[in-house]
Amino acid sequence: MGGSETVLLDFWPSMFGMRVRIALAEKGVEYEYKEQDLANKSSLLLEMNPIHKKIPVLIHNGKPVLESGIIVQYIDETWKDKSPLMPSDPYVRAQARFWADYVDKKVYDASKKIWMLKGEEQETAKKEFIEILKVLEGQIGEKPYFMGESFGYADIALVPFYCWFYTYETLGNFSIEKECPKLIAWAKRCMQKDSVSKTLPDSHKLYEAFLEMKKKFGL
Amino acid sequence: MAKHESDELILLDFWASMFGMRVRIALAEKGIPYEYREEDLKNKSQLLLESNPVHKKIPVLIHNGKPVSESSIIVEYIDEVWKDKAPLFPSDPYAKAHARFWADFIDKKLYQSGRNLYTTKGEELEAARKDFISCLKLLEGELGDKPYFGGESFGYLDISLIPFYSWFQAYETCGNFITEHESPKLIAWAKRCIQNNESVSNTLPDLEKVLAFVQRIRKRFGIDE
Repeated sequence: MGGSETVLLDFWPSMFGMRVRIALAEKGVEYEYKEQDLANKSSLLLEMNPIHKKIPVLIHNGKPVLESGIIVQYIDETWKDKSPLMPSDPYVRAQARFWADYVDKKVYDASKKIWMLKGEEQETAKKEFIEILKVLEGQIGEKPYFMGESFGYADIALVPFYCWFYTYETLGNFSIEKECPKLIAWAKRCMQKDSVSKTLPDSHKLYEAFLEMKKKFGL
Repeated sequence: MAKHESDELILLDFWASMFGMRVRIALAEKGIPYEYREEDLKNKSQLLLESNPVHKKIPVLIHNGKPVSESSIIVEYIDEVWKDKAPLFPSDPYAKAHARFWADFIDKKLYQSGRNLYTTKGEELEAARKDFISCLKLLEGELGDKPYFGGESFGYLDISLIPFYSWFQAYETCGNFITEHESPKLIAWAKRCIQNNESVSNTLPDLEKVLAFVQRIRKRFGIDE
């Protein structure tokens, strides 16, 4: 059985792509990784995701699955005999979905403002970002993971942002660990899992790559 | 089923909200009794603020004291808890992912596009109209020749979209277009949903009532022409 029946169109720095890579690793699924050039999108990507033209795209048995949260749930439902990613109780499951949705709605946009803005506006952006992280930190509380004892869907939604923290901290001149120590402790706990540590790129490497991208695209 | 006989369900909602309507339709599909509580969005209740402290938005479904927020999440929750009747989701994971994708498209694109129709003027409105119509055409393409988005049966994606039909008169009036001319198959689908499903016909408010509501919003924000 080769990996050709499962193909992932992705971009290595993407937190959204990382979610899918973590889920596939948790399930031990073999797949073919295809790095995409976002400045020059492949015809395969445009064919598989004509509406949004975005990565990640999981192509399973020739059929595309889109949107990272939807892909992770698809992976959990398809390879269901190993490492469940969703809680078994419907109420807890609804909570996991809520928190993954909160990450989607808040974290990415707030983080963008940190490196796009300067001066007073950047200060406001940093405050907003920390507030959002504090809400997430509060939700984890004293638990090892978002929904309790097991690493799962909500953790997968947020943990890829961890490798980007160094970039935000450096460009924003602040320390996330100082503001949200419990969140960092949670992230380090997640990093003890192979699926996470083998997926997340090195923070410094990411920062260098980000500076290159910023220059190249004039961001 | 006996285990749900003593369930206490409260829905915090707002009559004109398409998101709230999704939940009302799902509950009706399952034949689940619940207490409906209308929220004054300019003066939110203590219960709403406590039940959804993060977003402070409706709809919120409170099941035996425990709140569930975000309409799509609530509908999935309803389908999973009351799983022995009227399944809303297809069972195949790919079909499920497909339905979730389009519901997400509706949330991300259609809603904002529709909102731009009644909150903008001039060139911005022109752009909003083009955008909205292209969203409708994409949805119409997805529907194809099927009676419902889910195929033969009314399901999750139909539930996600049909509430927007109650806003069509408002969108058409503000945006100056006629949906039936642009997406006739979608109108046919909407009428089919209303005709064949009491859960829909009993839930959707009158289109004129929604139009009047939107006109009041426009006046309040000074968008009237």
